[in-house]
Amino acid sequence: MALELHRRAGHQPRLTSRQEHERRQRRRSSFIAATSTFVVLVAVVVFIPRMPRWDRVKKSFFDVDQMRDSFPRLIDAFWLDVKIFAWTTPAIFIAALLIALARNSRSPALFPVRMLAAAYTDVMRGVPVILWIYLVGFGVPGLGLERPFNSPLLWGSVALGMTYSGYVAEVFRAGIDSVHESQRAAARSLGLSSTQTMRHVVLPQAIRRVVPPLLNDMVSLQKDVALVSLIGPIEILRQAGIDKAKFANFTPYVVAALIFLSVTIPLTRLTDYLWHRERRRTGGTQVAA
Amino acid sequence: MTPKVSLRGVTKSFGANTVLRDLSLDVAAGEVVSLIGASGSGKTTILRCINLLEQIDDGAVLLDGDEISAIGRDPNPVRRRVGIVFQSFNLFPHMSVTRNITLALTKVLGLDGEAAAQRATELLARFGLAEKADVYPDQLSGGQQQRVAIIRALAMQPEVLLLDEITSALDPELVGEVLDVVRELKGSGITLLIATHEMAFAREISDRVCFLHAGSVAEIGTPSEVFGAPRDERTQQFLRRVRSN
Repeated sequence: MALELHRRAGHQPRLTSRQEHERRQRRRSSFIAATSTFVVLVAVVVFIPRMPRWDRVKKSFFDVDQMRDSFPRLIDAFWLDVKIFAWTTPAIFIAALLIALARNSRSPALFPVRMLAAAYTDVMRGVPVILWIYLVGFGVPGLGLERPFNSPLLWGSVALGMTYSGYVAEVFRAGIDSVHESQRAAARSLGLSSTQTMRHVVLPQAIRRVVPPLLNDMVSLQKDVALVSLIGPIEILRQAGIDKAKFANFTPYVVAALIFLSVTIPLTRLTDYLWHRERRRTGGTQVAA
Repeated sequence: MTPKVSLRGVTKSFGANTVLRDLSLDVAAGEVVSLIGASGSGKTTILRCINLLEQIDDGAVLLDGDEISAIGRDPNPVRRRVGIVFQSFNLFPHMSVTRNITLALTKVLGLDGEAAAQRATELLARFGLAEKADVYPDQLSGGQQQRVAIIRALAMQPEVLLLDEITSALDPELVGEVLDVVRELKGSGITLLIATHEMAFAREISDRVCFLHAGSVAEIGTPSEVFGAPRDERTQQFLRRVRSN
């Protein structure tokens, strides 16, 4: 017994009564969390199948054969979503950055540019994405443009890019505004021009701070890409609709949802991780309780 | 001889608040002048007007007799000749110590990367910060950050260096190392204008001390004149208050 105590004391410092208390608290919290999770899971697994129409829901939403049949077609169609996402994202970032810089310009000669940029973000953010997709996606090809400039896919993507650049521009602007004026003063006092100050001192700090909200917008964009389907292109949502109509079964929608989740969940987790890291760095010390 | 820096009847207001009132001050080349006075007496604003970070409302600021405050003048060539160090250091947090120093050397003076890095290395070594060349500002103590900020300004080889309460944000035990850097600069030919609350330091280092009251010069003279036998009643009051603390 004495030896035992001695050994413990030698290997790790004895816990104070407060540390003991905190350890008990932590164990208790883990226990409660595990129990409540278990209860909820049991409820789901046991009770949902007992609902009166569960059989029918299971057949029309979770049909395994249907899943196997639709999956390859849906993945193929999802490739188009990925492509739309891939070409709109860089365009959005570039446009948004230019708009944010325009709004932050201070020269009086650029007043019209500032005003236009402000109006742009207001108008883009003030109308539902789906409306822009209809208006631009049907409207512009209606002008009688030649192929390939009459493609709804092209103009649907443009509409998506327009709205999102409005949102992302605001994120950039908030980031630029968050850089303290004293940073500008330091840069200007060394003789850097206002452009050099923006490029080397303000923007690098601003962009670092807005990475989490930017990723957040990317998660939304990844989902909103599916809205382009409403004006024609056969991407995953549309393909799921076709399959649903053909087989009179909703399972393809569930598969489409799972495919979306497989992309958005990792992106969301990454965003959360970056948020926390940023908060740890700049949020100050957490209070005890 | 033309003064290095000259303020002639300078007035500056922020909204309804007049910070500098018809203020005149001449500083000779190589001279060390301390600006003392209560908070709000205009010390910081004077420095920011010389560096053209603020635009004056009336009067003129001259550098070597040349009116740098003239309307429409490009401030950048002036700022190359007049450096400033701030109370809150204002290092660039996303750049290493070396990059903080070399940024303006490459972008403003057009030095190539190697020459700029060499100048940074030399200055860091001279002020005992050689081993901090590659770290980021948040890994430095306040005193070290402020020394880097001074080096960053010095690297531009300015003719005039403005020090704006550079020890006010520091823990008392870190003040000495920063003041040592300033001591080393005296006599190197650089003109120093120092806004400070460190009376002992002002007395020790200055060629002349300038007491400001409500935006104008209430008294100016050698340290022994101003501290030893102040003539102006407001100076006497101020020094009494400072000493009783």
